[in-house]
Amino acid sequence: RICVITLAEAHPLLQSGKTIKSINYQISANCSRLQNKVSGKSKRGAQFLTELAPLCRISSSDGEEYTIYSCIRGRLIEVNENILSNPTILQEKPSTEGYIAVVLPKFEESKSITQGLLTQKEYEEVLLKRLNSSS
Amino acid sequence: MSSLTEKDRPIVQLLLNTGTCPRCILRFCCVGSQALYRHPYKDLMKDLREFLKNNQEKEDTVCSEVVDPPCKRIRLEHMEEGPDDLNHNGPLQQIPSVNDENAAMENSPVKVCNVCLGILQEFCEVDFVKKVCQKVNSADYQFTSFVFSVSLPPQLSVRERAAWLLVKQEMGNLGLSLTKDDIVQLKEAYKWIIHPQLSEELGVPADGKSLFEVSVVFAHPETDEECHFLATACPDCFKPAKNKQSVFTRMAVIKALEKIKEEDFLKHFPCPPSSPKNLCVALEIQCNNGAVFVAGRYNKYSRNLPQTPWIIDGERKLESSVEELISEHLMAEFKADSFNFSSSGREDVDVRTLGNGRPFAIELVNPRRIHFTAEEMKGLQQTINNSSDKIQVRDLQLVTRSAIGRMKEGEEEKTKTYSALIWTDKAIQKEDIAFLDDIKELKLDQKTPLRVLHRRPLAVRCRIIHTMKSEYIDEHHFRLHLKTQAGTYIKEFVHGDFGRTKPNIGSLLNRTADILELDVESVDVDWPPTLDN
Repeated sequence: RICVITLAEAHPLLQSGKTIKSINYQISANCSRLQNKVSGKSKRGAQFLTELAPLCRISSSDGEEYTIYSCIRGRLIEVNENILSNPTILQEKPSTEGYIAVVLPKFEESKSITQGLLTQKEYEEVLLKRLNSSS
Repeated sequence: MSSLTEKDRPIVQLLLNTGTCPRCILRFCCVGSQALYRHPYKDLMKDLREFLKNNQEKEDTVCSEVVDPPCKRIRLEHMEEGPDDLNHNGPLQQIPSVNDENAAMENSPVKVCNVCLGILQEFCEVDFVKKVCQKVNSADYQFTSFVFSVSLPPQLSVRERAAWLLVKQEMGNLGLSLTKDDIVQLKEAYKWIIHPQLSEELGVPADGKSLFEVSVVFAHPETDEECHFLATACPDCFKPAKNKQSVFTRMAVIKALEKIKEEDFLKHFPCPPSSPKNLCVALEIQCNNGAVFVAGRYNKYSRNLPQTPWIIDGERKLESSVEELISEHLMAEFKADSFNFSSSGREDVDVRTLGNGRPFAIELVNPRRIHFTAEEMKGLQQTINNSSDKIQVRDLQLVTRSAIGRMKEGEEEKTKTYSALIWTDKAIQKEDIAFLDDIKELKLDQKTPLRVLHRRPLAVRCRIIHTMKSEYIDEHHFRLHLKTQAGTYIKEFVHGDFGRTKPNIGSLLNRTADILELDVESVDVDWPPTLDN
């Protein structure tokens, strides 16, 4: 099952007042997500991601830097290059045109991965708890 | 026997004494007259002996230049040796005298031929022909001609070679020449004999190009291991088989026989070949009809029907499918073993196919019935159409295999027209969508849609939207008719697929758009030929 990685609703970058300065897919000296190349149906040659693998680093104009992590184990199919040329869509349409990356998990792991994710409702409960505990 | 001449006599004598049947003897004498092989076995045997006797008498009085000394010599030498000599391994045997054998042969039962293992003996007889025809008739096939194919055990090639070497050496000793090429092939002679009999019994002619095949597989387990010596002599001819079947296939054996040197062959294989105890057995008699192809165009009126069965992990996700609804009736009428469905492109489960429909072709494998009149095809079409309201077919007809190519070319080259029901988030007025009608030859770049990305390679496709026509419905809905290049993803053109199809309706209207319904209005392929439905 194909997974599309996007910024979560509550991500700081999506809160008002933040402007994106730059987006960088070069996550280390040897690894640039932009150089990911896949071929064939089985997506050979793809960079393999674990949950904590960084996808990109985003710098905001107020000096903060955020690392966006994969959160899903699987092959990296593509990263969204449109946000490089047009960072505003990342904030305006984070769940559609402003997506970060597309990842394809291993067929055998598909079910367990889905089960490990939160539903929209469960996520909202988490946010609520967070809000309540901080106040 | 007028077909045999002086120079054939040594061959006849030699082979007859070493246990070869009359028809194989004729083959080695290069007798090409088909009719002769069809003579009854007993007659042929008698004729051969007559032929030898005549010459025997001649010899007793007048000695011919070449043959006389060896004959007399051999007769003398063999007074002491017994009949066991025939089956020794080792170098070529000396030929025992014909006179000793004659009396024995008259009274004893027919010995299994040491070259054809009974193929040109028992398996040319009426009983076998009847057995084959019985099988054919009970299988209930419709046919107007037949092709009879025979699979012979590989050891026959080995024995043929041994017999040839035997004859060659004999002729060499006598200073006569012999060409291998004129020797009649076993399979050929067999077909000369059996085709007319089968033809008469079945009532149809034998035709090499016939689509109806009657095949018989012969085996001779008694001698199966005879080929094994070839594996040690020519190991590279025998690769280990993928399945459990024997490595000693006919082709491999023939290849090895071409490679092996005469001396090596004679070292490992008795020459003349031994007389077997048993005949071959006919393992299987099978019938098979060549595939027939039925073509037509289908309409799909359901938004809940896949084109092919949708089964995941053995579980069916949606009931039935376009291909099953059409093929079910064809399978029943044609009485085929299985079918292969193909069409000029396809549509999603939730998309209807309207207009003239989408061209399709179904290959029916091993059909029992093959002849259908135009009326019968129409009737079949009606039956299919009456059986379901989810699909309808038209232009149902029999076509040739080559016609499929034309259909597939339609898949990649021809245009399609669609009708899409589109929703927009922000309100629209008539003026907002009017400009779409003026856009011609719009170029799209479509990345492989996310919804198919798990099973397709990632790529960018350039596709063209030739024309569009919009129909305003209300502030959030309009209908769009489009004519596009083959292979265009319409749904993605409407909603943009996360911005991976550019441009898209959303980007053109500067709104968020989504597709609610899609219909195929036409598939612009002019095949199969339109019938007067």
